[in-house]
Amino acid sequence: MAYDKFTILTSSAVPLPIENVDTDQIIPARFLKATKREAFGDNLFRDWRYNGDDTPKADFVLNDATYSGKILVGGKNFGSGSSREHAAWAVYDYGFRAVVSSFFADIFKGNCLNIGVLPVQVSPEFADVIFKAIEADPKTELEINLPEQTITLKATGQKESFDISGYKKDNMINGFDDIDYLQNIKEEITGFADKLPY
Amino acid sequence: MSTTLFDKVWDSHVVRKIADGPDVFFIDRHFIHEVTSPVAFLGLKERGIKVLYPERTFATADHNTPTINQHLPVADALSANQLKALEDNAAEYGISHWGLGHQKNGIVHVVGPENGITLPGATIVCGDSHTSTHGAFGAIAFGIGTSEVEMVMATQCIMQPKPKKMRINVNGTLSKGVGPKDVALYIIAQLTTSGGTGYFAEYAGNVFEEMSMEGRMTVCNLSIEMGARGGMIAPDQKTFDFLEGRLYAPKGEAWTKAVEYWKTLKTDTDAVFDAELNIDAADIEPMITYGTNPGMGIGISKNIPSANQVEGGEETYKKSLAYMGFHENDVMIGKPIDFVFLGSCTNGRIEDFRAFTEIVKGRKKADNVTAWLVPGSHVVEAQIKEEGLLDILTEAGFVLRQPGCSACLAMNDDKVPAGKYAVSTSNRNFEGRQGPGSRTLLASPIMAAAAAVTGKLTDPRDLM
Repeated sequence: MAYDKFTILTSSAVPLPIENVDTDQIIPARFLKATKREAFGDNLFRDWRYNGDDTPKADFVLNDATYSGKILVGGKNFGSGSSREHAAWAVYDYGFRAVVSSFFADIFKGNCLNIGVLPVQVSPEFADVIFKAIEADPKTELEINLPEQTITLKATGQKESFDISGYKKDNMINGFDDIDYLQNIKEEITGFADKLPY
Repeated sequence: MSTTLFDKVWDSHVVRKIADGPDVFFIDRHFIHEVTSPVAFLGLKERGIKVLYPERTFATADHNTPTINQHLPVADALSANQLKALEDNAAEYGISHWGLGHQKNGIVHVVGPENGITLPGATIVCGDSHTSTHGAFGAIAFGIGTSEVEMVMATQCIMQPKPKKMRINVNGTLSKGVGPKDVALYIIAQLTTSGGTGYFAEYAGNVFEEMSMEGRMTVCNLSIEMGARGGMIAPDQKTFDFLEGRLYAPKGEAWTKAVEYWKTLKTDTDAVFDAELNIDAADIEPMITYGTNPGMGIGISKNIPSANQVEGGEETYKKSLAYMGFHENDVMIGKPIDFVFLGSCTNGRIEDFRAFTEIVKGRKKADNVTAWLVPGSHVVEAQIKEEGLLDILTEAGFVLRQPGCSACLAMNDDKVPAGKYAVSTSNRNFEGRQGPGSRTLLASPIMAAAAAVTGKLTDPRDLM
């Protein structure tokens, strides 16, 4: 489906400096029972965010008004485990448009790209710089420039480039969708299928 | 040019290469289940398009199905709704559907191979990360997201950059009490939960050659737990023997031709991998995990490592141990446990039930243990009964439940309560995976059996 176009995002960020954040933490399995893509943001990080009686856990970053913004900065190996796209939906539905980490799990990264959340992989050193900058000033802003493929700490101008394939970059900037592309080469696909052993 | 098994299968399925982009990758077989498919069908409806090749997609209900009283209506309204959506969508789009109660129903990664849908050299995807299981047959199989489920139904292709290649060689002789699950947990502990990210693995060496198909499925199943998209093993006579005569496997002349082709599916001797890992089988002990990701595993006789002995941040490590209620340098043997789960797409096959039964035979389930024994499919369930395993299990105080994913991800009622310890033959020990606050220790079927009869972590070799 078509999604929001992404060019330049300037925002403060929410820090989550924990490693190996798996998709079961991003959204636990018991919240995967919907048949529509609605309101997954309510259960983003459910068990880190709420107690068993549904009261917010005061020490979790999403419950701390000090931090806000459209960028989530996670620790190394963000999004590991289950392939549930619901995790990417929850991140998007909560209001994040980009996730920054020094390392992403494959499937989560792909899911984000497919729904218009930009995964920005930075060096471990730059991730540290970002975490420290947010710690020093929670309102500090990051600029993610997709056409330029750069992420900049606005206050100091420190910046780093990030990788994304030309194809995916184009898709995100224009809100293009893989299925539209594939539909347009359907004859090539069916011709190919006819030649396969099974 | 010399190529790997992975190259051969991958390259033969590339419809086109996009410059500075992914490959348009053709999918031979597509499995769907109730949890990750409904939104994909909604997408098709919104676009007003049909499933391009409905005969290449197979639906089964498994993730949120109950494991008792499956003849009754599903009590949980949301689960029932999702199951109904799968049934309706499958009917509307002409997809075969093995729903709850169907004799072929079971966990998607158990029923696929059981029915010969999984074949060597095929490309297989499913909206489930443990799709890597099917790599045991020399297929390229991996998990995808729901956008891609829609993509496959619409076009039979996905957009995928070709992963790098890694070979994991395990050679030598496995020690007593060491099985496929231990081999996999050992590899993951070596590589960590992210060490395989960006790679597709090939498992090679005499240990995998000598392993049964069930064992190979267990190993390939866990490939995702080291971050690899999938893992595969070259098909051999064992693979062909397993598949011959199964429902969807080729028949007659087509079979002969298929086997001829399958015999070519192996890595050339001088092919090069992007990374290679060599493991001596003798170094592997029966494994247990102590933390909150599958890379946090050790031999049962070992103590929990201290923070300075492990890779990664100290804060994350200590948070993990605190969640588990464990401490650095703790001894694992003797730790009390509350639940045992035998089942899942990792260890819910007949061989797993045989191994478990062998240990509990002539013993009794410990009173402090709640045990959930959940076959991966009705076929496995029937076999457990036919082979007389059920009688032994019943005598030992165990009850056999009905097929499904069950406590592996606790979407149904099979939830481990907060703070309780479960020795589980499943694949993930993430926080809350088996229920909010649950504490999971991943292990082999015989480790689970040893815990079930002693009520605590026990070295299974002591009971053999």
